[in-house]
Amino acid sequence: MTSGAPARVVLSEHDISRALTRIAHEIVERNKGAEEVLLLGIPTRGVPLATRIGARIVEAEAGGLTSEDLVGTIDPTMYRDDLRRQPTRGLEPTRIPPAGLTDKVVVLVDDVLYSGRTVRAALDALSDVGRPRAVQLAVLVDRGHRELPIRADYIGKNLPTARHERVSVHLSELDDADEVVLS
Amino acid sequence: MTDYLITGAQLPEGSITDLLLADGRIAATGSDAADMAGARAGAQVHRIDAHGLVALPGLVDLHTHLREPGREDAETVASGTRAAAVGGFTCVHAMANTTPVADTAGVVEQVWRLGEDAGWAQVRPVGAVTVGLAGEQLAELGAMASSAARVRVFSDDGLCVHDPVLMRRALEYVKAFDGVVAQHAQEPRLTAGALMHEGIVSAELGLTGWPAVAEEAIIARDVLLAEHVGSRVHICHLSTAGSVDIVRWAKARGIQVTAEVTPHHLMLTDEAIRGYDPQFKVNPPLRTAEDVQAVRDGLEDGTIDIVATDHAPHPSEDKDCEFAAAAMGMTGLETALSVVTEAMVADDSRDFGWQDLARTMSATPARIGRVTGQGRPLAAGEPAHVTLVDPSARWTVDPAGLRTASENTPFAARELPARVMATFYRGVATVLDGQPQDGSTR
Amino acid sequence: MRHLLSAADLSREEAITVLDTAATMAATQSREIKKLPALRGLTVVNLFFEDSTRTRISFEAAAKRLSADVINFAAKGSSVSKGESLKDTAQTLQAMGADAVVIRHSASGAPHRLATSGWIDAPVVNAGDGMHQHPTQALLDAFTMRRHLMPEGGAGAGLDGKRVVIVGDVLHSRVARSNVDLLHTLGAEVTLVAPPTLLPIGASTWPCRISYDLDAAIAEQAPDAIMMLRVQRERMSSAGGGFFPSAAEYSRRYGLDAARFEALPGHALIMHPGPMNRGLEISARAADSDRSTIVEQVANGVAVRMAVLYLVLAGNEGTPS
Repeated sequence: MTSGAPARVVLSEHDISRALTRIAHEIVERNKGAEEVLLLGIPTRGVPLATRIGARIVEAEAGGLTSEDLVGTIDPTMYRDDLRRQPTRGLEPTRIPPAGLTDKVVVLVDDVLYSGRTVRAALDALSDVGRPRAVQLAVLVDRGHRELPIRADYIGKNLPTARHERVSVHLSELDDADEVVLS
Repeated sequence: MTDYLITGAQLPEGSITDLLLADGRIAATGSDAADMAGARAGAQVHRIDAHGLVALPGLVDLHTHLREPGREDAETVASGTRAAAVGGFTCVHAMANTTPVADTAGVVEQVWRLGEDAGWAQVRPVGAVTVGLAGEQLAELGAMASSAARVRVFSDDGLCVHDPVLMRRALEYVKAFDGVVAQHAQEPRLTAGALMHEGIVSAELGLTGWPAVAEEAIIARDVLLAEHVGSRVHICHLSTAGSVDIVRWAKARGIQVTAEVTPHHLMLTDEAIRGYDPQFKVNPPLRTAEDVQAVRDGLEDGTIDIVATDHAPHPSEDKDCEFAAAAMGMTGLETALSVVTEAMVADDSRDFGWQDLARTMSATPARIGRVTGQGRPLAAGEPAHVTLVDPSARWTVDPAGLRTASENTPFAARELPARVMATFYRGVATVLDGQPQDGSTR
Repeated sequence: MRHLLSAADLSREEAITVLDTAATMAATQSREIKKLPALRGLTVVNLFFEDSTRTRISFEAAAKRLSADVINFAAKGSSVSKGESLKDTAQTLQAMGADAVVIRHSASGAPHRLATSGWIDAPVVNAGDGMHQHPTQALLDAFTMRRHLMPEGGAGAGLDGKRVVIVGDVLHSRVARSNVDLLHTLGAEVTLVAPPTLLPIGASTWPCRISYDLDAAIAEQAPDAIMMLRVQRERMSSAGGGFFPSAAEYSRRYGLDAARFEALPGHALIMHPGPMNRGLEISARAADSDRSTIVEQVANGVAVRMAVLYLVLAGNEGTPS
């Protein structure tokens, strides 16, 4: 906590689950099925979120779709414009399913949309890997304060915040709990 | 001429006394001093309260490099002897590795004359053993001995007289005028390209090693040669435990060998080189902690006769570079007394007091160098070469604050005990209140 | 990581971070677009006081793949050969805006001096100094070993329990020193094999075994990897130090000939930092076998150097998390 205000849970485990289910439906609806869709999670917490959304889509869509074909990861670290201002980051793997991403609809998945700089870096990283037909963005929380002309296509929750506040997403794969905390 | 009445000083053996310095001599001691000072008609008497200070005979250094002629950018006879005075010295020997080399009567007389003109301390030139330090042909040792410089110590220091026949001839030849050969013991083939002590640290740092055996083998050979021809031999800057053992053995056999250790070999080890700082590059190199203990033990038990600084100034560009490219050597005149105090006198487990310091840094080096009038007891009638030391003072070494013209001290930022408060050379105050007395007061 | 001066400075955690980062870098090098924008706008200076085309090209490729600008400063034919000091050269580079300096120097400790003397602010990467260290070589060797010897390519792992035999001129070898330090840090067991004349006094304190007998070392260790060091032929002459009597005798006692190659375990890697003296320290049979990683080591060198440049330059203004 940096603000001194008490921490407040803004999304519960149940809220998160419902939001992801809704996002999964919206992705299928908007893209008229999932055959052309590729979900790429942005490390760290975008990766389990993409996996969860992917599982919901595979469950909903009958047919030969598998998670391995539908979900991958992309690490935008090397493409950030603030590399030297941050402590050195370890690199995370970039995993693209074997079919590649050219002519696919790539849905980037991240936990929190804030300045937009991570997404900008991820777009650059994508263009070095291939040429998607379209790129969409799914986030669990949009907390505002954009610094670039970027918006999300799928949003779990719009969360108005002050700049000094801190949004922490906890996911059971990494943190032993599912919740979003504002502090 | 000013007389000096020094009151309440502690002599090396421990007694408290007054000293009156007049006309270049110690005119009186004890209660006579004040009486005589009062009776000196026409003399101006400068009183110095020396309570709490130790009075030592002026220190004598058997081994310095004053760099003149040739490398006046590093040091001159004047700047070096001024630094010597601040360090408590009244006599320094100037090594022969100048440009031109001090291998003729002309050069040694020039150096001697520069010392007399500067007036900070007595300068005793060391003559080269071989022409141009080349190790091939004896220099005119007799001519240097009978010159105005009255050279008695001969050395190719910086280089070893490695040819055994040449070394034998030099040892024999200098007997004719009671000279001594001071050997820089370094087997050249075993030390080709050597940069530091060969051991654990050199292996790790990848720096070519200078093995202890390269020093010990030459010392062993030379003490046996000295025995064979009945000459005395002096070992410069002895640095290893093995060397101490060999000299101890030689002395037990009655061989006329004397040996010196430098302050830095009493204090520092090869561990200091881990940062590749060329300030710690010196020849012979800094050795191990075991060697440091051995040379301290040797100095305490008399195996090692004296401390000599091997004061070796270098301009900053010769140290501000890669370790391999840097010059070898350290300054030492202004830190020697403090380092020996720290390493020996202040160590309560050692039997080494001010009397031993006076012996090893004044009386014995004067005797080895056959310097009459230096290193004498502080008694009435003796020449007035006196150093006053504050044993309780502590000071921090600031390379830029030292008086030597170069800044290559390995003791930078180190806090050391004991400070020279005053130095009197031929009855003249060269240093008062720790400050060199430039100009008219001298 | 502020500088990379010695493999001995790396903790196990840091070393594994470098290797993992290198693995990520290596993955990008199979793509059509190999260039990454991470160091765009930054200038890396290759300051080479000693000829080494291989190492310089490897660092140059690494820097360029990360979009850095590269200035090659070779001492030969430059002001350095006219007597300019390391200090003045360093200050010149500083004035030109070097963001990182990769230095190769024949004097042990020169990178250390460059990094610690206040002559320059930029991070310093040691590309080989005298007989002291060559940390990126050790990192690429460890990377190569990990990739082949550890399960699933070794991500996140060290080299625990792996046995490595390093053979040859240890005395003059910065590669050997760096490898002993790094492999020990990563948990491998190292055995140095050399004639006693080519082992430094003091090596007995290093974290490794020492043997004078290559056949015995192969039999006792059953090594997972064997690394042959380059032996310079001139070392046998008196002027070169007279370290061994003849090339033929050296080769008989310490060369990786066909018989010794056969005696190695079937999975053992054959490594050499290059350039090789075929027929002296290594036979063509061993060098060209399918267990030889000698060519792969070169490719891995680029990935490892990308990782090192990235780690010293990215986040340089912050503190490691």
